[in-house]
Amino acid sequence: MRIDGKGLIDRSRPVSFRFDGRSYGGFEGDTLASALLANGVRLMGRSFKYHRPRGVLTAGSEEPNALMEIGKGAGKTPNVRATVQEVFEGLEARSQNRIGPLNRDLLAVNDLFSPFLSAGFYYKTFMWPRKFWEGLYEPIIRRAAGLGALSGKPDPGRYEKAFAFCDILVIGGGPTGLMAALTAARGGAEVILAEDSAAFGGRLLSETEEVDGKPGAVWVGEMLDALAETGKVRLMPRTTITGAYDGGTYGALERVGLHRPATPDLPLECLWRIQAKQAVLAAGALERPIAFPMNDRPGIMMASAVRSYLNRYGVAPGQKITLFATNDDAHQTALDLIGAGVEVAAVVDSRAEATAQGDYQLFAGGQVITTKGRHALTNVTIRHSGAETQIDTDCLAMSGGWNPTVHLTCHMGARPVWDEALKAFLPAASAIPGLTPAGACAGTYDTASCLTAGIEAAKSALKALELKAPDIAPPSASDQTGTSQTLWYVEGKGRAWLDFANDVTTKDVKLSAQEGYRSVEHMKRYTTQGMAPDQGKNSNISALALLADATGRGIPETGTTTYRPPYVPISISAMAAGAQGKGFQPERFTTSHSASTARGAPMIEAGLWYRPSYFPAQGETTWREACDREVTMVREAVGICDVSTLGKIDIQGPDASAFLDFVYTNMFSTLKPGRVRYGLMLREDGHVMDDGTTARLSDSHYVMTTTTAAAGQVMTHLEFVSQALRPDLDVRFISVTEQWAQFAVAGPRSRELLNSILDTPIDDETWPFMSCGPISVHGIPGRLFRISFSGEHAYEIAVPARYGDALYRDLVARAETMGGGAYGMEALNVLRIEKGFITHSEIHGRVTAFDIGMERMISAKKDCIGKTAAARPGLVEPERELLVGLKPIGTVKQLTAGAHLFAPEAAPTRENDEGYVTSVGFSPTFGTYLGLGFLVNGRARHGETVKHVDHLRGVETLCEVCDPVFFDPEGGRTRG
Amino acid sequence: MQIRCPLCGLRDVREFTIKGHAIALSRPAPDAGDEAWNAYLHLRENPAGVTTELWHHTAGCGAWLKVTRNTITHEILKVALVRDGVERTDAD
Repeated sequence: MRIDGKGLIDRSRPVSFRFDGRSYGGFEGDTLASALLANGVRLMGRSFKYHRPRGVLTAGSEEPNALMEIGKGAGKTPNVRATVQEVFEGLEARSQNRIGPLNRDLLAVNDLFSPFLSAGFYYKTFMWPRKFWEGLYEPIIRRAAGLGALSGKPDPGRYEKAFAFCDILVIGGGPTGLMAALTAARGGAEVILAEDSAAFGGRLLSETEEVDGKPGAVWVGEMLDALAETGKVRLMPRTTITGAYDGGTYGALERVGLHRPATPDLPLECLWRIQAKQAVLAAGALERPIAFPMNDRPGIMMASAVRSYLNRYGVAPGQKITLFATNDDAHQTALDLIGAGVEVAAVVDSRAEATAQGDYQLFAGGQVITTKGRHALTNVTIRHSGAETQIDTDCLAMSGGWNPTVHLTCHMGARPVWDEALKAFLPAASAIPGLTPAGACAGTYDTASCLTAGIEAAKSALKALELKAPDIAPPSASDQTGTSQTLWYVEGKGRAWLDFANDVTTKDVKLSAQEGYRSVEHMKRYTTQGMAPDQGKNSNISALALLADATGRGIPETGTTTYRPPYVPISISAMAAGAQGKGFQPERFTTSHSASTARGAPMIEAGLWYRPSYFPAQGETTWREACDREVTMVREAVGICDVSTLGKIDIQGPDASAFLDFVYTNMFSTLKPGRVRYGLMLREDGHVMDDGTTARLSDSHYVMTTTTAAAGQVMTHLEFVSQALRPDLDVRFISVTEQWAQFAVAGPRSRELLNSILDTPIDDETWPFMSCGPISVHGIPGRLFRISFSGEHAYEIAVPARYGDALYRDLVARAETMGGGAYGMEALNVLRIEKGFITHSEIHGRVTAFDIGMERMISAKKDCIGKTAAARPGLVEPERELLVGLKPIGTVKQLTAGAHLFAPEAAPTRENDEGYVTSVGFSPTFGTYLGLGFLVNGRARHGETVKHVDHLRGVETLCEVCDPVFFDPEGGRTRG
Repeated sequence: MQIRCPLCGLRDVREFTIKGHAIALSRPAPDAGDEAWNAYLHLRENPAGVTTELWHHTAGCGAWLKVTRNTITHEILKVALVRDGVERTDAD
């Protein structure tokens, strides 16, 4: 029911929204919860386990009951708190966790079985038969108990991540936070003021008390003006600080577009990483529910929430309201209601000494012992002076005192400290370096002291930043807190809920203690108390107080569970912002990419790179046809392949040679300028890291190539060696992979093709095998390397990347007129297998130079990375698995990479395993499959027969073991 | 967490890659023996408290940093370039 003249909503801006298919009206400034209450809707959801009818409990982000699905289709979001969601025109909300309409949920039958459904029920009941668990029990239990459902489709909404930096971060925009922000800004600090709710002011927006002689909301407005005037405060409303991390890093979630109709340009949420030199925690406090029997009916809510709905949203959550409190503070609820013309049925105060503060009926020393009302509260029964009285009421406001919001102070491992006088946990000293808790979260409850605390906290932050504290006086405000009593639970018949969100009652906690789960951490896991979306904000303290009683310990001995980030639930979408699709895995394209795709080449991933798999020609229906043709083309004419993805590292300096001698196993200082040498690189533990060719362009200038896969690793390794192990060497290097486009021109007609485009023709004498140097192609300066990964007479030509596309198209076009053309990764792989050249399929991190037959490449004349460790016993034994070639010789002709090798008669079991296959390909040159693999003592077994077994694909092939170099072992064709 | 790179200034930890304990700087001589090499390659302390680690400014300047850090409080006590003041133990 809306109350005229109350609230901070904008009555000139009505909005209409839908809840469970029905249309309702609200105003701008309403939350979904306040607008529904204004429309008399009290039933807002069903509880997790028992499917009990539930209404709203709170007016903030700690809400455990009123969780709803917002939106529809792929973009719907489950478990949104109606107390946080603001209404806007066209908002679609639905209740969740029900079968059938909300008021006739079929799963409400669970409530009838509640005597059996206590803590541990599932563990004890669904033990047998064991195999029924996955197929039967679990799906049913999951269907029956739960929250909202995801759409199952990719979220079309936009989300963002952002960074912010400030001198002082003020967490919470209530009176403490506002004063802290103003003090900090006037002291010269750059300030971020983050507020969980849509509006600044905190409790001042929900209370009738005055500050500086003005209504709270008016004073807040003036403070915001004053903050703006400083020009140093960034206001971040709808922003919850979710976590405190090392070094002054804070996580924050901003609801950017969730409170308005979808706009394509606006993200829904933004996940912030705020870097603050100092921080003031002004997070306030949360009111404590009381666990009395049947305390979960719609219409029973926190007293502070009742005041919020009345004073901030202009809504009376009932027409005849009862208050159940343990403290003076809560009596203000009755006074506010009476002031707004709402009937107060009674005030029940557990303290015998309580006195009425206004004109209402007070039951001092009374307790609510049960309630009635199926879908909403209709009456409560109170025990007072030994008698029981029933009171008709449609709303019960309860207050068990306050719990300081200490959560953030625990995020780095500190435990909160029990304050016996306040009966509350307070932040531990220096819990988060650079963070000062102030105000209600530090146990300071009255407004006047909060204002002062805000100033003082900001001053201490300014001092830490060596800034001068401004002269600032706190405005006048109430310094009354009154007295209070602790009342954690009320004994009586019926269930008394502690954790509304997970349906945990006092009985469950007692059962936990009785069954031996006496530690608070065990109790939490056994009962699931505190494990719902509200993370126990409403129940933790009461539950551990009850556990303390049940185990005969005090609260400090019982302790709390660990408060971990995030403070409020963070959507996965916000965490994944920017990392979906190509954001998660960006694409790297070579300069020949569009020319390759234009020829219909399917592209395959090589790390982030995309490379052409093969180039289908007219009439070809399988990749093998294309691959066979391309291999033959290279063997008989000329083929073109983009090899730019290989890592290219430009190395210069007077000590470049010494540096290469140290990182490669073989010598480079002896290499003449204008020549290229194959190099092998080890890790310090003696295993092969990478291989590739390195060209010496001049005395002090080299270009190293790495494999595509290891380019980043090699660069990092070189940086480590240069900076950490050999800072004495005067050498500099940089990755130039992106700067050069490089193409292999391979085949017997390669030189003929090159001479058609080079400005100065080359011949065998000036450009022998393994030579390199500058060339000019169509007037463009480039580099030419006579190297071969195919075993043919071949070159790699490199030009600055901007000419890559043009050169590639020109090379392919010319090759095609010579009976050649482009070849892809499949053909490249077959060509190199025929030649026994290794890739990272072979040097996979567990092989040594000895294993691949390159132990002689480790120079005896010098030290190098990995040399000592490579000589360790065990790394040079013939019994190791050594690189071999494999040829099928039986009736089955297929080889598969990943197959294992066995003696022909041996059973193909793990005990008999003698090796494995790393690379296979069908060789059109030999008309058979060829394979490379590792076999125990393989080098001494050439000519033997082994059995190749692939259990996964069901392939068993007899093979002959041979030298890994199948094609042209003398290398005559390469030297051409 | 942030690390103050001596070349780039205070940067977010995600720009850096950790390599592990700074023992990696103390490469034994080739003839130092199996025990020394085994210790260098494989044996690592896991101290609760102050330790010295190597971090690479991968998404920054490429510098290798020697970071003195408290593993309990996560406080970073000192950051230096490994290039400065490293003892050479290997022979050419």
